[in-house]
This record gives sequence, C-alpha cells and structure tokens, in this order.
Amino acid sequence: MNIDYSYIFNLPPFSLDKDEKHKLYEEILYELQKHHSGNCFQYNKLCSLLGNNPALPVRLFKEYDLKSISKDEIYKVMTSSGTTGQTVSKIYLDRETSARQAKALNKIVSDFTGKTRLPMLIIDSNKVLKDRNMFSARGAGILGFSMLGRDMTYALDENMNLNLTVIDEFCQKYEGQAVLMFGFTFMVWEHFYKPLSKMGHRLDLAGTLIHGGGWKKLASEAVNPEEFINGLKMVTNADKVLNYYGMVEQTGSIFMECEYGHLHASVFSDIDILRAEDFTAADVGEKGIIKVTSLLPTSYPGHILLSEDEGILEGVDDCPCGRKGKYFKVCGRMQGAEIRGCSDTYERR
Amino acid sequence: MKDVDILIGSLPEQVKLYSPFDDLLCEFVGSFSKAVLHDTKAKQMPDVISLGYWCRAANIQKMKEKCTDRQERLGRGVAFHVTPSNIPVNFAFSFFFSLLAGNANIVRVPSKVTPERECIIRILKDVLEPYKEIKKRTMFVSYPAKSDATEFFSRLSDVRIIWGGDETIEAIRLHPAKPRCVDITFADRYSLALINGKYVLEADEKEIQRLARAFYNDTFYMDQNACSSPQLILWQNTCKEAKNKFWDAVYSYTQKHYIFPAIEAVNKYCRVCENIIDSDSIDSIVTKGNVIIREKLKALLPDEMLLFRGRCGQFFEYDLEHISEINGIVNEKYQTLSYYGYNPKKIQKWIVREGLTGIDRIVPIGKTMEIGMVWDGYNLTESLSRIISAE
Repeated sequence: MNIDYSYIFNLPPFSLDKDEKHKLYEEILYELQKHHSGNCFQYNKLCSLLGNNPALPVRLFKEYDLKSISKDEIYKVMTSSGTTGQTVSKIYLDRETSARQAKALNKIVSDFTGKTRLPMLIIDSNKVLKDRNMFSARGAGILGFSMLGRDMTYALDENMNLNLTVIDEFCQKYEGQAVLMFGFTFMVWEHFYKPLSKMGHRLDLAGTLIHGGGWKKLASEAVNPEEFINGLKMVTNADKVLNYYGMVEQTGSIFMECEYGHLHASVFSDIDILRAEDFTAADVGEKGIIKVTSLLPTSYPGHILLSEDEGILEGVDDCPCGRKGKYFKVCGRMQGAEIRGCSDTYERR
Repeated sequence: MKDVDILIGSLPEQVKLYSPFDDLLCEFVGSFSKAVLHDTKAKQMPDVISLGYWCRAANIQKMKEKCTDRQERLGRGVAFHVTPSNIPVNFAFSFFFSLLAGNANIVRVPSKVTPERECIIRILKDVLEPYKEIKKRTMFVSYPAKSDATEFFSRLSDVRIIWGGDETIEAIRLHPAKPRCVDITFADRYSLALINGKYVLEADEKEIQRLARAFYNDTFYMDQNACSSPQLILWQNTCKEAKNKFWDAVYSYTQKHYIFPAIEAVNKYCRVCENIIDSDSIDSIVTKGNVIIREKLKALLPDEMLLFRGRCGQFFEYDLEHISEINGIVNEKYQTLSYYGYNPKKIQKWIVREGLTGIDRIVPIGKTMEIGMVWDGYNLTESLSRIISAE
C-alpha cells in the first residue's frame, strides 16, 4: 500500500478546494481499492462485478465479517449500538486504522475548539465504557472524544441521572475557563437538558458543547436543532453548541457543523448526495442518499459507504465560515416503504 | 374477546350446509359484483374492480358448469381465513372462494386500514343485508396478532385458509383445530417467466408495448413481491437485441407508471451486493437506473435459487438451451411459470412427464395476478368441500 498518510495529516483539515481534493482522492482511492481488493475476498468479488471502488451499503457490515487484515492483526472490533433484536455492525480495526481515526478526529475537532486540551465534561455515564472488549459506537465515541480533553468528568451516574456533586465540583474548578462538553444528542437532551431545565438550574460552564449520533429519537419529540441549541444555552453558558455527523463504520473522519449550521467534509473524508432513481450525483439543494468516503480505513473495506440517510448538499468551498470543501445537511434516516406483496400476514404489533 | 373488532355479521350459527355454487350463493356473489361495478368509489380502485369482474354472474356460471359433481358435494362447515395485509383485496377473494364452495366463514381481515378494505366491507355489508341466510353464516373480524381469537376461531374451524408467509402458517398451526379440520395454506412461493426471444424480436411496436405492460402488471404493480411475480427470467432462442427490446419497453413503461420508493434503491443495491458475495454464478449486472436491475446468471444452481429473490424490479436472467435445465432447480417452492411465445400445453406436459415437484400454474405473461378457484395447485372448490359418495 502506497499511501502517504503523514502528508494528509499535515494538511490543515479544511484547506483543500474542489480541484485539489479531487486530485488527492483520485490517487488515494486508487491505492485503497487495490489494497482492499487484494486483502478482502468479499470486496474483491464486489469489484469484479460492480467496477472499482463500489460504495458498500452499511448494512453489509452487519451481515458479513468484512476485513482486510488477518485475524491476529485485529486490535479491536467496534459494534454499532443497535437496539435490541437488531444485528449489529462489526468493524474490524488494526492499530494503524484505529490510531489514524483518533488522530483525524483530533485534527477536525481542534479546528473548532482550538489546539489546547480543555477540561472535559462527558454527558454520559462511565458505565458505557465498562466492557472494553466489544466497543459500542457510543463507547467508542466517548473514548475518541475524550482524547481531545483533559480531566475527563462524567456528568451522569450509573442510572443516567445527573451527578450534581461531580458537576458542581467541575464547575467550580474551571470557573471562568472554557471547557469542552461532549455527549450524544439524545442523551444530552434527555438526561442533561431536561432535568436541568426542570430544576431551573444553569451550570456555570463556558466553552463548546459537541454532540452527535442522530436526531431520530428526538424528532419523535419534535425537537429541532434550533430548540436544541437554545435549550442547551439556557442550562449552560456554552457559547457554541455544535452537532456532528458520523458513523461507526467511518469513525474519526466526522463531519462537524460550523457556526453557520453547515456540516463540513474535512480533508479526511468526502460526501456525495445521490439520486435514488439512478445513483447519479444530485445537484446542490437537491435531496438524495448520502454516500460517504473516508481515506482512513485500511483494516476493513469501508472507505466508500452508501448510508441509509438522506441529505442535501448546500455548497462547495464557499461557506461563510471560510472552510473549504463540501458542506451539507442531513435530513435523517430514509423512510421505510410499504411494499405490496403476499407474505407478511401475521401482524406482530 | 375484547380485542376483536367485528366488521360484519356474527359468529356463524350451526346451520345447514350448501352445495358448491348453490343458486343462492351465486345470486349473492352476482349482486356483490353489480354493487361494486356501480360504486363510484370502487371505480377508482383497479384491484376492487377486478374483484367485481371476477364475481360477475357470467363468470360464476362458467365455474359452476366446470364443477360437474357439485350436487354430490357440500361445504365442509366453518372456514376460518387468515388473510394477507399487503394485497388489500385478497381477503375478499378468499371469502368468495370458500362461500361458493358451500362454507360458513369467519374472515380475519388485516388490521391495516386501506381504502380497498373499507370499500369492500362497506359494499359487502349492504349487499348481505337482504341475504339473511348467508349473513348468519358470515363474520368479518379484525384483531391484533397477540389476541387469543386465533385460538378460539381455530377450535370452531372445519377448514382453515391461511395465507402466508411461512412464518404465519407456522404460527397459526400452533393453535389446535378440530380433528377433521383441513388447513389450506398458501406458503411463500417463487415464480419464473419463460420468454422466447424469437417472438420478442418479431413483435411489432404495438405488441412489444402490450407485452411490457403485461409484464409490468405481473411485477412492478405488486412491487414484484407477490408469490406469482417472476423473479427468474429464462430466455430461449434469444440474443442481445431481443433482450434490449424487451427491457427497454418495460423500462419506458415504468417511467410513466412506477413510483419508485427511494429506500428501495438502497435495498436493491444491498441485495445485489449480497448476491455477489454469496454466489459464484453471477456473470454480470445490467441496470437501467435503479429501477430495473438484472443479474445475469452463468448457471442455475438449486441451492442458490432462493438467494435470488428480487423486489421492486430486480431480476435474475439465464439463457436456457433446453427446458430440461429447469428440472434441476424446480422444487415445491415454485408456483407460477409465465410465458411468452410458447404453447402452455407443451410446458404442462413436460412438467407432468418429468414429475416435477413444483410449478402449479402456467399462464401467459400479464396473467400471473389473476387469482381463481384453481390456485397454488389446489382446486379450491374441491378442497373446500366434502364429497358424499354413493355406490
């Protein structure tokens, strides 16, 4: 494999314009294609019929053990936090891929929070991390982000209740300083915002709150991004509340939201919006299926993935925040269609 | 049973049975047909209209004439129907089949409310009113799966008519029925089409458009998810031109008529990937947008065929040298063979001569959805009635 990762890591994370990025990706994707088809037989089979660098549907990682490394090179296996009864994705990581993911995450996030490691409040319970063998997406997310801060403090106890003693102590210790808060969108709302707002409590915490993991659960409560930001700014002193889009199948190369509410592709990853009828590229402003490309994975063939989310490309290279590359928004998980046909008479609900 | 919603009628009383196609039954079905065909709402629902057409007095008369021993037969008693949610008019067909065979009926209607369901129930209610004798042997119900109603109705049944999938059949069979109860089950099936390339090539523009529409009705109209919708497309005497001519015509018909659900683009693509990983017999993938996806097969391997199940326009194609090549793959799962450019009697003869375990129906392309009293290998008039022999 002939990929100069140090070159990519030396680039400022949002510095490449359309043409520069295209050139870089052409080169590296060629290498990744060669590497994965030589080391993952399922991937090789797919390439032989679908052509080079096919997008893999994320569902395939639930159905097959897709990896481009030998068994003894496996460093850890990440799993999606599937709800009970669902099969989970299995993502095989070796040390290199895992380290690359951590490094990329750091590069991307520090573009928003600065290079210094800030005191960090994690809005979750540390019980999520207890089982180190099987890394759930939630655990991996927490662990990944925790590398970016110092003095990691968990805001919730084992029962997902506010641990006010710990939080107050943290607030006093870092009074007047910028801190980093991190959590999953739903957890932050349900177990942090809601109880605080009910108590009428405002925490003296300044700095940035970063959250991700999807709006699906919140949409059913009709919470929109704006309300979320306003809500969190009421219960804390955070000056920035930023969302990110990412998936366990491409950990590290996340898409961060800027102060203008746009999700940005960094040098480590790219996004394409495809039309459902023929998978051609949708125009700016046109809703379609999200395809994500990441330069990071070499231990599993997940560098190009077809998601089950819909999104809209909002522009390229010209976001007022100054970051280069594509920026977009996510519309959420695609709606399951009601298919006609004979089977399925026994209604389970 | 509080969770049972009675839509029509009441629990059938112990009453005398009818012979198949008894005059009263035929008259009632004919009245239903008239009511449907004159109903302004029904007119907007093609499925309901085709039900209405099937129930026409003339059509019923034809079936009656075919049932020559009807006077030596009686219905089996109480029939309990479990009907599918995804083909909205199916419950009504199931009811009429069994009624015409002479049975009293308890029909479990899918709880999913569709305009078709509402329309049929409304018209049935009206038409039943003057037919007191039939009404007291008819009940339409709806209830959730966890209800103990299935258990209760099963114990009353002389016949259970269970529409699949396989899981449903298994679940219903867990409930005991009367010792002499007969289960008529419609399980998950697999269907195929056989196309003579020579005839496609020769077809003029009008004919190829007719064929495309016919094929569309067999497949896309039901999201290719009906048991009789072909999955496997077998070609004989064919060439690239013939195939292109056929698929281009089908594609342009879909462009005008098919509403393609976006998630199906992902689902279909995902199934293509699974097929490629799981099988070694895929030769190539040819697509027309995401609407028509064709997986060309190098071989027909019996163990692999069940992997090759498409939905919403995903087809598996193979060029046959000789029809005998199907012998190796056909099993009891195979239901309908639809054809273009063949003599059906010859295919029928072949199947019988070779003693194949599957394929129950041979119909021209375009007719796979036409349900009738011979279905799934059953002659329903006979299966749903009892013969009184005398020597």
